[in-house]
Order: sequence, then structure tokens, then C-alpha cells
Amino acid sequence: MAGQQRVYRQRIRSTQSLKKIFRAMELIAASRIGKARARVEAASPYARAITRAVSAVATHADVEHPLTTERSGVSRVAVLVVTADRGMAGAYSASVLREAERLVEQLREEGKDPVLYVTGRRGVSYYSFRHRPMAASWTGSSDAPSVETAREIADTLLDAFLTDDEGTMVGELHVVHTQFVNMVTQVPRVVRMLPLEIVEGVAEKGTEPLPLYDFEPSPEAVLDALLPRYVQSRIYSFLLQAAASELAARQRAMHTATENAEDLIRMYTRLANQARQAEITQEISEIVSGADALAAS
Amino acid sequence: MAHLEVDLVAADRKVWSGEASMVSAPAADGYIGILPGHAPLLSLLNPGTVRITPTSGGSQEVRVDSGFLSVDADRVTVVVDAAEAPGSGTTAR
Repeated sequence: MAGQQRVYRQRIRSTQSLKKIFRAMELIAASRIGKARARVEAASPYARAITRAVSAVATHADVEHPLTTERSGVSRVAVLVVTADRGMAGAYSASVLREAERLVEQLREEGKDPVLYVTGRRGVSYYSFRHRPMAASWTGSSDAPSVETAREIADTLLDAFLTDDEGTMVGELHVVHTQFVNMVTQVPRVVRMLPLEIVEGVAEKGTEPLPLYDFEPSPEAVLDALLPRYVQSRIYSFLLQAAASELAARQRAMHTATENAEDLIRMYTRLANQARQAEITQEISEIVSGADALAAS
Repeated sequence: MAHLEVDLVAADRKVWSGEASMVSAPAADGYIGILPGHAPLLSLLNPGTVRITPTSGGSQEVRVDSGFLSVDADRVTVVVDAAEAPGSGTTAR
């Protein structure tokens, strides 16, 4: 019928405009991902320097610091969940949230009380829809996190960790984020950040042993200043990796969506052609049978 | 001639890196100057100006936020929270 044809044409048109949107999103993600990866690169000298300095202090002095000692008798445990601000990134946020749920479940079984800290609108809406309280949340910069955001998050979490107030104190900090392995692989990952485990003589050895440093003003003061920076730089690098992963996931999801849209357009074009052909055939047979009827009479 | 390998890094990027004959920085107890052959040192930095004298001549001044400095066999690493890009008036973070 003519109606059938029109419906197909409409579908084709709407799918075409969707395809344009998907394609644009794919290109935007693709252009931003280079920048996000460059940011990961740019932040790594700082992270390396800090890690090296922390292990230097750790090998040199006896480290007794609140950030490195287990807090006993505290059941509250902070969980930082790093999600995206926007959807259209396939299973990116969903898999982080699934991982977070699993961690929360596991912590509950251990008799702990998880407290949620969430970055990214997807995570915030996920938890607020389920009426799950969040201790703090940050939104608006998931695809290009700034040092300031990282500092704010680190400060909030360190405050919660170091406070003496029984009500808000947390005994551990776990981070759920997505690790950027390469353009096709991004893995959701759970990391226990606090209390810090200082592995003496960490990695990158094999070169030469660390020299005996002089500490200015004192080893304790240096450690005091270093550890919060270390935490901040780790959180920043988690955010950057998550941003790169988000963009990679979005690019891939949008690429698939564009291809699906093309498939749909092709299918609807076939159907529309078929409908048109059916209509023509029917008209012809009506005319022929009409003429036959006239000739017979 | 002995020289220092200097890396000046901020939280999100490398600010300056190269060879220098002297570095002076606002350490915890006042400015310190570092020349080749300095003993290994890990020091906190106060906000102030890091002055680098590159071997190629001239001098580099970078305004920095607090951070720390490590010296280790003529490798100087200055790590700061934020630094003003050398030679420009903008504070890049």
C-alpha cells in the first residue's frame, strides 16, 4: 500500500539523521582521545618522580605515618567510583558500576560499611535513582579531568581518612575505575588506595640502589608532604585513564551504532522498494483484470 | 665539565628539562643553590621562584607553587603542584 511505502521512507529518514549524530559523536570522541592520551603522558613524569621520592623516604627512614597504618576498629570504608558524565559509551559506565556493586557486596560480607564517593553524572544518577546515599559526588569533567578536580577529590578523601570524628571516619579507600590498556581494551579495575602499602625498594630498581638522602627539613616532614601528593597524583592518573577509556569506549560504541544505522537504512530501503514494486504489480493486475472484464462483457 | 640534569615537572606536565650548571630553589629553610656534585638531598619547597642556569647560557626563572626537590648524582628533579610556564606570563596548571 502507499501507506506502507511512506512509513518506510520515514524510517529511512529518521535513521539517516540518527546516523549523522552517531557519526559526529564518533568523530568528536576520536579527536578528543588523542588529547586525553597526551594528558596521561604529560602527567606521568610527575607520578614517576613522586613514586621515586616516596620509595626513597621509605627505604631510608622508618615510616610511621597515619596514611600507611591500618586503622583498626573502623568499619566505614570509602569507595570512589569513577564513571562518565554522559552515556553513549556502550557498557563503559555499566561495567564500572557492576564492578563497584560487586566490591560493595564483598565489603558488606566482610562486615564493613561502604561509603560511596562518586564522580560522573552516570554514577550519580545510578545511585540516586536507587536511593543510595553518597558521601560526596563530582560531576562535569569526566572526559577532561583537571588537576584541581583531582586535588578536591583527594582532599575530601584524605580528610575522611584522617579525621578523628567517629561519624565520618573511614578506615580504607578503594577506587573503582577503568584502566586504559589500549584503544580496544579498557578494563574496570578495583584498587585499594589507603592505607598506602609502601613496598620498600619498589620496581624501577635494577638500575642502582637509591642513595642516602639528606632530608630537608626532616624525613617526617618530607613524608608528611609527599604522601598526600602521592595520593593526589594517583587519583589524578586514575581520572585521566578513566577519561581516555571513556572516550575510547564512546568512539567504539558510536562506530558500531553508525554501522547498525547503515544496516537499518539498507534494510528499510529494500522493504520500501519491495512495497513500491508490490503496489505497481497490484495496479497493473487491477488494470489488466479490469480490461479483461470489459473485453469479456 | 660536570653539569646537572634538571627536570622540572608540574602535576600535569613537564615544565622544563635539560642540562644546567646551577639550580636555585626556595627550600623549606630558605633558598638553596645546587651545583654539580651536590650530596643527595630530598627537600620540601616553598612557593617561590626556581632559578635555573642552563649550560647553554642565560637563565630560566619559573614561579612555582609548593612541592619538593630531589638531588641524586647530579640529577635534579623539581616537583611542584603548579608552575608558571617559563618565558610566558600565563600560569598553566
